[in-house]
Amino acid sequence: METRELTCIGCPMGCLLTVTLDNGEVTEVKGNTCAKGDIYARKEVVNPTRIVTSTVKITSGDKERVSVKTANDIPKNKIFEVMKDIDAAEVKAPVKIGDVLVKNVAGTGVDVIATRNVEAV
Amino acid sequence: MKTYDIVIVGGGPAGLAAAVAAKEAGNDSILILERDHELGGILNQCIHNGFGLHTFKEELTGPEYAYRFIKQVLDLGIEYKLNTMVMDIAADKTVTAMNREDGMFQIPAKAVILAMGCRERPRGALNIPGYRPAGIFSAGTAQRLVNIEGYMPGREVVILGSGDIGLIMARRMTLEGAKVKVVAELLPYSGGLKRNIVQCLDDYGIPLKLSHTVVDIEGKEHVTAVTIAEVGPDRKPIPGTEERYTCDTLLLSCGLIPENELSRSAGVQMSPITSGPVVNESLETNIPGVFACGNVLHVHDLVDYVSEEAKRAGQNAVKYINDGCKNAEASDVIELVATEGARYTVPSTINKSRMDDLLTVRFRVGDVYKNSFVSVYFDDERVMHNEKRILAPGEMEQIILQKKKLDEYPNLKKITVKIEKE
Repeated sequence: METRELTCIGCPMGCLLTVTLDNGEVTEVKGNTCAKGDIYARKEVVNPTRIVTSTVKITSGDKERVSVKTANDIPKNKIFEVMKDIDAAEVKAPVKIGDVLVKNVAGTGVDVIATRNVEAV
Repeated sequence: MKTYDIVIVGGGPAGLAAAVAAKEAGNDSILILERDHELGGILNQCIHNGFGLHTFKEELTGPEYAYRFIKQVLDLGIEYKLNTMVMDIAADKTVTAMNREDGMFQIPAKAVILAMGCRERPRGALNIPGYRPAGIFSAGTAQRLVNIEGYMPGREVVILGSGDIGLIMARRMTLEGAKVKVVAELLPYSGGLKRNIVQCLDDYGIPLKLSHTVVDIEGKEHVTAVTIAEVGPDRKPIPGTEERYTCDTLLLSCGLIPENELSRSAGVQMSPITSGPVVNESLETNIPGVFACGNVLHVHDLVDYVSEEAKRAGQNAVKYINDGCKNAEASDVIELVATEGARYTVPSTINKSRMDDLLTVRFRVGDVYKNSFVSVYFDDERVMHNEKRILAPGEMEQIILQKKKLDEYPNLKKITVKIEKE
């Protein structure tokens, strides 16, 4: 048996949640005032994921950086590996919103895509 | 010089949404004036996601959200001028502006929509003791440096203020390899969204110290250290609680102020609470035909609400022109009053004859209230009593008034919004 504490992000209440785990399985969520807290806690404890947003260096464009995001959420513990790949990337203008700039970032199976247009100059 | 029916000052989220709405309402003579070299405003540097859940039912990044509106402006053929600074708005709605191509020029407009947005509260307005070295940035300036220009302002960071931009930048700097040592917040609660506190601070083990402020900045050329201390209920530092952090950067995220120099010089009446114009149900200021929307009117926490508000301003500007640019009637005006926990309302007055079937009234509370009620009184009669588990200063609240309900009270003079325990 193991317990973990986290803050619910469902609303400004910010309920302090206590999650009880048995062999990696959630057996109880306490401290939530509504169903959102229960759903959030179960996902966050077993499989926390995040969308990572950053910028990628772009050459011969009308901007220095192109903003990017992971097309889907990636495991939370992979955030810094994902950032390493994003920081190492360099692309050439033009780029359009949705263009894949890094494929299968950090082996997550998720692509990094552009979130803005950059024209070539 | 060409004349336009509607001149929109600012090409950020408010100006874009107002322009699209005005065009869709049938006006073909619209000009957006934008001082930056591109449309989109501050959204261009807000590369994080979480925008648009209300408007588009999906989570977009700032640049993506902006582009949804920029594309509409382009597709609808709405005119705009970039790199153009508006110098003056006269009471007769002549807009004076300048840029490098046209020089100084004047546009007589039938209606003006104020959409200039807001600025961050700078160090000079915060009374922080200590030296004035390099390395002190507003959170938004750091955001621009990192996200647009691609520079890191520093490697070891202390942040004062827990507004959303400060929280977002704590994560952003961490992802780019900086060490964010602490976020200090003067108030006993954070003005930032819960989600940002968890995903920007807790995720990276960055401590948030509530009821703390900066009491010293060291470094003659560049910041070398910052000392923070706990504050008492009087918000004064408590001696003996000082903690010193060596660092090279101090970011400030201490509130936003609507940017209303142009409105003031035009003679627009301002609210001392929002620092934005006082407006009626049509989002029209005391100058007939001058409308305001977005963060220049009152600071929003969600861009979705900015877009929705700006859409109304755009539609109302067209209505004003189509109705022959008449002044609102002085009679038939109902006053909106915020009191007992509610700090302000937007709008401040309702002219019932010009009111839509439904009117959204937005407001903020002055403190954190749990298990309370948002109450609305028509004169002395309570007509709305909505239970709320939580009300917080960082979250804008709203009530919706029905015209047909107002019609039941023909002699109504005053609508009061307040927070009640029961």
